[in-house]
Amino acid sequence: MIRNTEIPKHIEDALEREARQPGTSRRDFIRNTGLFVVSVSAATILNPALEPALAAAGQAPARGAGPYPDPDFHQLDAWIAIRPDNTATFFVGKTDLGQGTGTAFRQIMADELDIPYASTSCVMGTTNLTVDQGGSGGSDALQTDGYPMRRVAAEARRVLLDMASTQLGVPVAQLAVSDGVVSSKTDASKKVTYGQLIGGKRFNVTLTGANTDATTGVAKIKPVQDLKIVGTSPQRYDIPGKVDGSVKWAVGVKVPGMVHARNVRPPFAGAKLVSVDESSVRSVPGFVKVVTKGNYVAVVCEREEQAIKAARQLKATWQRPATAPFPASEDLFKFMRAATPTFSAPPVVAGDAAAALSGAAKVVEAEYDVPYQGHTSIGPAHAMADPSNDQMTIYSNDMKSYGLRNGVAQFLDIPRDRVRVVWMDGPQAFGRTAADDAGFEAAFLAKELGRPVRVQWMRQEETAWDTKGPAFAFKIRGGLDAQGNVVALDYEARAADHNHVGYNEPDTVLIAQLTGQRKATPARGGSGAPTEIYGIPNQRLVQHVVSLPLVWETPLRTGNLRDPMGPQTAFATESFIDEMAAAAKMDPVAFRLKLVNAGKEDSGFKKARSIAVIEAAAKAYGWDARPSPKAATGGNVVTGRGIAYGVRNQTVVAEIAEVEVDRRTGHVRIVRMVVAHDCGLMVNPEGLRRTLECGLLHSLSRALHEEVTFDTEKVTSVDWRTSPTLRHTDTPEKIDIVLVNGDPDKNRQDLPHYGAGETVCKPALAAVANAIFDATGVRLRRVPFKDARVLAALKAST
Amino acid sequence: MSMITLTVNGATHRVDLDDPSTPLLYVLRNDIGLEGPRFGCGLGQCGACTVIIKGEAVRSCSRPASSAQGADITTLEGLAKDGKLHPLQQAWIDEQVPACGFCQNGQLMTAKAMLDKNPNPTDAEIRQGMANTLCRCMTYYRIQSAIKRVVTGTRTADAADDREVTA
Repeated sequence: MIRNTEIPKHIEDALEREARQPGTSRRDFIRNTGLFVVSVSAATILNPALEPALAAAGQAPARGAGPYPDPDFHQLDAWIAIRPDNTATFFVGKTDLGQGTGTAFRQIMADELDIPYASTSCVMGTTNLTVDQGGSGGSDALQTDGYPMRRVAAEARRVLLDMASTQLGVPVAQLAVSDGVVSSKTDASKKVTYGQLIGGKRFNVTLTGANTDATTGVAKIKPVQDLKIVGTSPQRYDIPGKVDGSVKWAVGVKVPGMVHARNVRPPFAGAKLVSVDESSVRSVPGFVKVVTKGNYVAVVCEREEQAIKAARQLKATWQRPATAPFPASEDLFKFMRAATPTFSAPPVVAGDAAAALSGAAKVVEAEYDVPYQGHTSIGPAHAMADPSNDQMTIYSNDMKSYGLRNGVAQFLDIPRDRVRVVWMDGPQAFGRTAADDAGFEAAFLAKELGRPVRVQWMRQEETAWDTKGPAFAFKIRGGLDAQGNVVALDYEARAADHNHVGYNEPDTVLIAQLTGQRKATPARGGSGAPTEIYGIPNQRLVQHVVSLPLVWETPLRTGNLRDPMGPQTAFATESFIDEMAAAAKMDPVAFRLKLVNAGKEDSGFKKARSIAVIEAAAKAYGWDARPSPKAATGGNVVTGRGIAYGVRNQTVVAEIAEVEVDRRTGHVRIVRMVVAHDCGLMVNPEGLRRTLECGLLHSLSRALHEEVTFDTEKVTSVDWRTSPTLRHTDTPEKIDIVLVNGDPDKNRQDLPHYGAGETVCKPALAAVANAIFDATGVRLRRVPFKDARVLAALKAST
Repeated sequence: MSMITLTVNGATHRVDLDDPSTPLLYVLRNDIGLEGPRFGCGLGQCGACTVIIKGEAVRSCSRPASSAQGADITTLEGLAKDGKLHPLQQAWIDEQVPACGFCQNGQLMTAKAMLDKNPNPTDAEIRQGMANTLCRCMTYYRIQSAIKRVVTGTRTADAADDREVTA
């Protein structure tokens, strides 16, 4: 047995990255302080050489890696460590997917602690080093998890002030703290640094709170006006390493004795493995093993290219399912509309929509279709699992590292405290990606082989088999009175989301499905509803879920994809609002403002903030009020503009698209985008701008290009030619990001920091469709707006 | 087994391969330890694996290692000289380009090969020159801005960028 469950040094160094002190790493920290504050076993794992120091401190651990108990979120020491050199490290249970949340966590915690940003560092998402804050998801990094971070940092400051008071003989009320130095307000000679007070020692302070989110000490967080680092834009600390090639990624982890695995997927959805001919690959140099269980097949070789070759060369016999697993993608929406729902939410009813429709001066009716769209990560799923010393260490970029740990422990029946996930940087992951699946596969294979195993999916495998955002079919009717007021909305959504896989579930990950360890009943997915902000007196909102014939072992498995139902639902509803504005011959901005004004205000002032972003977007664009479509100008290339609006939790956004449509080819070019966004208190405005730009462009990619295609037995969109994405050439020439604080009290002391990752993804599809309508008078009701589809719609209208 | 010799970032490496047609990418990553080039598709479609050979941006995922013998190969790790970042790398930091960063090797290497041939591209030439290098975080807008910074010699980060508005 190879023994290397200690994290390799270069990876250990990578876990804690900061710009401040070149050459200073966590390892140096541990060595220099002689004490590791988070957990004794963690220290052992990180640096076995530390044992004598730990023994001297009376905390001698057992030799060898593991077990890996959970850091106790009720201990201040689990969150914050202060070094003798007056620097601090923060340990948080989140992961940064490239949106700068790690930098933001350092900002909010440094601000509460009163220590310079540059004197801090951050460790994230490694299960035995950082408290379980659930990893990433739901745009909650700051909205939810930022608060316990702020509170524990405030508590550390309070404790340090108490210590300074004792040491200096000065009452706390007469102490000031700045940049980690506590001094007497009346006698500047009396001062002491945080590092002198506690550097390298434990706080030993117990926190309260029923769960991690509720964690708190005695201290209160600062009012917004006292925050100095929040609202500034320090550069992201992870960017230099991503630019010079020095970052250590999960995809690059290697340990001695490691072997490489590649999966062999069923060639048809729902296929059963009949037999595998191992002799077909035994001659491949470096061949180690073919592993099969149920319909799961993997080939293991010493070298990566050998595993790829063997996986391609393996002769396997598969049996087609008796019935087609799904309709072909061109028949999908017809199928979905005819299907009997597997779940229907109780209708949301206000007033009497049917009566209001029958009495309406004008009724508008439309159907909208959004296909399955995949994550199609730029880097196929991967993980490396090391089973040495009867432990299981998984190196992964999975955004929910804690869930991966728990799921693998259950799946492989390994005690939870023997499993740990080391979170490292990885390719883009906006929700439930195949990174979950690869982590389980690596651990499964590592257990089977008793050796460290690295798994990586191939491109075709990733694009075909990653989890998909569900397809939606909508039918909406709306009624206008003679004055152009919306009096009724009758809305029906159908989502092909019958079996929505969760994160890291041991009975829904792909390998569990393929090995027959799946749950008996699928978790029902959801459908989507329109925004509740618009004031429409009579509404009937119906949400159905439908199923395709094949429920399990299907490449059309659904899971969370960046604002899971938002872009689909907002495409339909915000297109429909535009259709009603056109029917009422009203300006689309004025029409929306009227609808928002007719709605109710909530405790987060969403109504006022919605009005603020819609007005800010119109102003930044230079919106000229008039109904759509604009008067025909003739010519082959026509231009138009469209607006759409979106809300997610408390974050609100309005987006305006300006497009050019080439009537000869159907090609849509997005010339300009304006985004007005209000997510409350902005921690790092420059980071926020980039997050908004990237999220916006992701949705434009979904508007113009992205669509999972399939025949009646397999997915046929499997690489970047068959599954196209937005490119440099598609990027709008101009993007205006307007950062709005629409709170009625702009100087609120408790202005919340809401989430910012996903809301921006919502309205873009509709904004583009509305702009196409403005330019051409033709309504696109089917995503994506590929040239051929647009051309066909243009031709059909003439 | 066959021994191949590669010159990467000025250093010579001898690697024993049972198959000399092994893609250069795996040799760089797994034998030489250079992880700048990354596997994205293995099909030459995305650019994440890009290296520079004889001034050309080359997709190392689909270039046999043996065919790269005798040429100077530059990877992301070889862009900085004497401890100083390449102007493109500095612009990438000034503009705060990367999101996840996984594709940025390809973006940087493709941009370098492009600017080495044409130091003054138009905006349209930048877009066209970068068109086949994909980013799924969609950092395109900032990549183009960073390239323009190098082209125009703009150095410092400018928070008051005129295309951005704060209400």
